[in-house]
Amino acid sequence: MARAASPRRKLITTLAAWTVALIIFFPVLWMILTSFKTEASAVAMPPQFLSADWTLENYVEVWGRSAYPRFFWNSVVIAVGSTLLGLVIAIPAAWAMAFVPGKRTKDLLMWMLSTKMMPAVAVMIPIYLLFLRFGLLDTRIGLVLVLMLMNLPIIIWMLYTYFKEIPAEILEAARMDGASLWNEILYVLTPMAVPGIASTMLLNIILAWNEAFWTITLTTTRAAPLSAFIASFSAPQGLFYAKLSAASAMAILPILILGWFSQKQLVRGLTFGAVK
Amino acid sequence: MGKIQLTKVRKAFGETEVIPGIDLAIEDGEFVVFVGPSGCGKSTLLRLIAGLEDTTSGVIEIDGKDATNLPPAKRGLAMVFQSYALYPHMTVRKNIAFPLKMAGMPEAEQAARVERAAKVLNLTSYLDRRPGQLSGGQRQRVAIGRAIVREPAAFLFDEPLSNLDAALRVGMRQEISELHQSLKTTMIYVTHDQVEAMTMADKIVVLNAGRIEQVGAPLELYNNPRNIFVAGFIGSPKMNLIEGPEAAKHDAHTIGIRPEHISVGDGPWEGVVGLSEHLGSDSFIKVDVPGLGIINVRGPGELGVHHGDRIRLAPAGKIHRFDDKGLAL
Repeated sequence: MARAASPRRKLITTLAAWTVALIIFFPVLWMILTSFKTEASAVAMPPQFLSADWTLENYVEVWGRSAYPRFFWNSVVIAVGSTLLGLVIAIPAAWAMAFVPGKRTKDLLMWMLSTKMMPAVAVMIPIYLLFLRFGLLDTRIGLVLVLMLMNLPIIIWMLYTYFKEIPAEILEAARMDGASLWNEILYVLTPMAVPGIASTMLLNIILAWNEAFWTITLTTTRAAPLSAFIASFSAPQGLFYAKLSAASAMAILPILILGWFSQKQLVRGLTFGAVK
Repeated sequence: MGKIQLTKVRKAFGETEVIPGIDLAIEDGEFVVFVGPSGCGKSTLLRLIAGLEDTTSGVIEIDGKDATNLPPAKRGLAMVFQSYALYPHMTVRKNIAFPLKMAGMPEAEQAARVERAAKVLNLTSYLDRRPGQLSGGQRQRVAIGRAIVREPAAFLFDEPLSNLDAALRVGMRQEISELHQSLKTTMIYVTHDQVEAMTMADKIVVLNAGRIEQVGAPLELYNNPRNIFVAGFIGSPKMNLIEGPEAAKHDAHTIGIRPEHISVGDGPWEGVVGLSEHLGSDSFIKVDVPGLGIINVRGPGELGVHHGDRIRLAPAGKIHRFDDKGLAL
């Protein structure tokens, strides 16, 4: 039922929304502002706004001092690779759980979700040792694997929710029409779930892109993505806030652009099935 | 060919027995309607035949071959679903061609068959549209088109008209009947609507709680119901069922008289008219007769009686007699 909002009410909700949005956005804004200040200006107390010394030097220095393109490429490979690998495993898994559920399907889903509640650091030692033993440390394939495993529960959950919305009769019709299981998934289920798969993919690329714990712990130089690139600018000696901010801004820019252009798809994905 | 034989087919979901054991023979080319109240197991029985559900025990034979454990695609049957179940991302052309593509048919032949089916179903100008751009009736035709291109051994229809409005339903009912006349392929049709059953079927299977109550031609069921359930289910308005002294006069526990077999004017029963519906061609009235209860009467044209009138009724046709177990005498 639509509720008519009075102009006053509208004003209050708009103000509230803007306030919340600004609170969320403030650290990012602060970081971007800091990235354009000199190091001295960045740490000045009280904080400087208009009186700050503005400069582009941080970007020049960060770009010059490191191999940004390599970090960027590693981030792309790890984020996209782990998401695609995750989808290959999750699509059949979510299909099975949505359309041929067993007695324990709900428990299985809850168990998978519960692994996301475990702090990552709890399994750091075993995973580190496994990586060491199999020569996966500081390799992109290693990070693809570990991030895929970290995000798999979310991918399966999201796809499961989408698949549940597809009427079972359509898949039965495909079966009556002579489609094998593979053809049913390829020609009927996947095309119908494309919007869902796309938003799952986008969200997981963002999650993988922003992941910092495993990417920093398991890499040194060769496979290090942008999260490690940022971390490398926090030096124990001297001033580094401005350069760290510049590095951070460079790291988030690509994913920000991706997020901006796909926000419609993302919002649909995140609220899918919320209203029914 | 499309001869289907069910032998002691049983279906249970866990502890719940939906179909306790059914024997049924469906001859090649027959139009068989499964009818019964909701929850009677008619759709489950159809899905067992389709292979979309596994039988708990029993044998399903199609054209003499055991198909009990065959997957749906291998049974050579085509199904039209209640929700049409069209593929929303494909055009009408691709929807109809899908079973042919799955069968690995050459594309030229696929196209020819799709054209032929579209012509039969008046879909030629819609072939490049998607299901979302079609009306309910057109979607239903696409679903039928997808079924007929395969030239199956038999068609299975699961309440295909229940999503259509009344006028369209009558039209589609006739189209399906005409399709059967021209294809002469076995059709099994599930419905809860006994008018559909009476008008379309060669043979009606009346189901109740997973059991077959009676199998027969529409008029055979109408004229000679085997028990009270069939008597009450077939025919609209419902047959009047009378117990007590009036039934005892006919040496029965219960007697049944169809509303159209009661005359108004003179007779042994006197009552007050409750509801009266005048359709022009027919009149339906409900008369409260002391000792008998509410009696449904159907008369041709205008009966000229209205709410509150005191009238007399007389049985003027066949009186069905049933024993205390509800079986016909």
